[in-house]
Amino acid sequence: MATDTRYKPSSRSGASHGRPRKRKNPLGVFGAMSHLALVIWAILIIGPILWTFLASFKNNTEIFGDPITLPSSFGWDAWGRAWEKAHIGQYMINTVFVVVCSTAATMLLGSMAAYVLSRYAFPGNRAIYFLFVSGMTFPVFLALVPLFFVVKNLGLIDTHLGVILVYTAYSLPFTVFFLSAFFKTLPTSVAEAAMMDGCSHTRTFFQIMVPMAKPGLVSITIFNILGQWNQYLLPIVLLSGNVEDKWLITQGVANISTNAGYEADWPGMFAALSMTIIPVMIIYIIFQRQIQSGLTSGAVK
Amino acid sequence: MQHGRYRFIVGFLAAPVLLYVVFVISPYVQAFYIALTNWKGVSANPQFIGLENFSRLLDDEVFWAAVRHHGVLLLVMPLVTIVIALFFSFLLNLSGGQKGGRMSGIWGSKVYRVIFFLPQVLAVAIVGVLFQTIYRPDETGVINGLLGKVGIDPVGWLIDPDIALLAIIGVMVWQAVGFYVVLFSAGMSSIPKDVFEAAALDGAGRYTLFFKITLPLLWDTMQVAWVYLGIAAFDAFALVQVLSVDRGGPDNSTTVLPLEIWRTAFNFSKFGYASAMGVALFFMTITFAALTLRVTRRERIEF
Repeated sequence: MATDTRYKPSSRSGASHGRPRKRKNPLGVFGAMSHLALVIWAILIIGPILWTFLASFKNNTEIFGDPITLPSSFGWDAWGRAWEKAHIGQYMINTVFVVVCSTAATMLLGSMAAYVLSRYAFPGNRAIYFLFVSGMTFPVFLALVPLFFVVKNLGLIDTHLGVILVYTAYSLPFTVFFLSAFFKTLPTSVAEAAMMDGCSHTRTFFQIMVPMAKPGLVSITIFNILGQWNQYLLPIVLLSGNVEDKWLITQGVANISTNAGYEADWPGMFAALSMTIIPVMIIYIIFQRQIQSGLTSGAVK
Repeated sequence: MQHGRYRFIVGFLAAPVLLYVVFVISPYVQAFYIALTNWKGVSANPQFIGLENFSRLLDDEVFWAAVRHHGVLLLVMPLVTIVIALFFSFLLNLSGGQKGGRMSGIWGSKVYRVIFFLPQVLAVAIVGVLFQTIYRPDETGVINGLLGKVGIDPVGWLIDPDIALLAIIGVMVWQAVGFYVVLFSAGMSSIPKDVFEAAALDGAGRYTLFFKITLPLLWDTMQVAWVYLGIAAFDAFALVQVLSVDRGGPDNSTTVLPLEIWRTAFNFSKFGYASAMGVALFFMTITFAALTLRVTRRERIEF
């Protein structure tokens, strides 16, 4: 504190110098400009989303009128139409079903593979590990044509099972990569003690290792749920036949927006859009800490 | 014991490896072969034609347009995103007052971080639909409506071939910034406080603090960010497919390789040619990643 003569003392840890100066002059030009920049960006983020919510209550004339007005009345007609007529409800249920199944399968298979690869030495271990990890570097577009025919030849095209298996398979590389690094950080002594007591390998994994790995599992589960929920390419390729009742949400909304012009139900389209955004936003706000760390965990090693 | 151990290993690996080989590895391997055939149409009998698809690619204007667009994306999108994200994460983490001896960000930094990250959880396809109305070319579009209020003529964001790609890049930046703010924030919070303290003792100003201390210590994280954004620049499929006029238009001014691969395969059923594009895309992505890691390699600063 005594050494820093230029600013207000940076007592305790004396963390840094940027902030003491700031504190001395909290409403300086820099501070004001910073806040302005942050507020502008926040408005740029919220603005389009808020506008979409409002547009779902407008009628066609209002939507094509002055964009910066509030709707004249708040009715839920458009929301009802989107849910029923535009099948948003159906798409939502389909997507929840697919994502729940494929995330569960990804986590089960991914953690099993990661555990074995990180904890057991056996011939071919590294080869299998690199086989998985190499999947992270390939663009999925390279595999697109053969993937379509693999799924088709198995009779799984236009089925949810096909989508679930493909989602799971393509989520494995990152899941295995991340979880095997995570399992390596866990202490070996607990598992060894369990084995001494006659616990089988399988039971050790499910009853000892999985609970210990919970933080890592939570992060990567969130990562996979969001990634699979937001997938667009795979559904439009794998559910491309005449199976609208099996469509997933992103596919459905993109299609509604293409058709909205013909049917002139713009409020319905905005209601559909809002309906897909709101659940995600609620989940995000509740779990924002976990989601932020889950999504960035891959990058911060 | 030993027997049980191997049975366990095989039992745990069989299902994931089988699934992975069938749906991931085998398509990737097949793609390289299909790229060398003239496979057209679902039932047709594909023939091996060597590198003919690739020599056709060299004369394909749309292919080159797409490659050029990846070049633009690669130059503009990561740079703009990283600059904005660095600026905001610096404001949010290091520019605020000192609280309880800990470096803290500007007032309200938690709220900002939550808001900025929000677009990241929205599906790209949904974001594409969202921006269709924002970018509408007449006064009914949100941006043009606002511009109209201050007397500026409407801009044809997506229908003007000169700016359509930039408009799409704008959306990509809009969506990506929050992610990198959080990423850089994590990086900044791992920089030891005494580094900043020492700089403060030496009388470093805010700009020195940012450019000479924070930036070099964040190099590893920025390298990761660059690779991530670069890989995103080679994708852009969902956004271009949903948002652009005529899927890649107007006049192919926004098209990207993934879109051309998808269209060639599933609209025109030219599977061989589409796979050749896929192979080209693969080599571009790999080259980019390898180059980035090589060029940006620096001595790691341990702390």
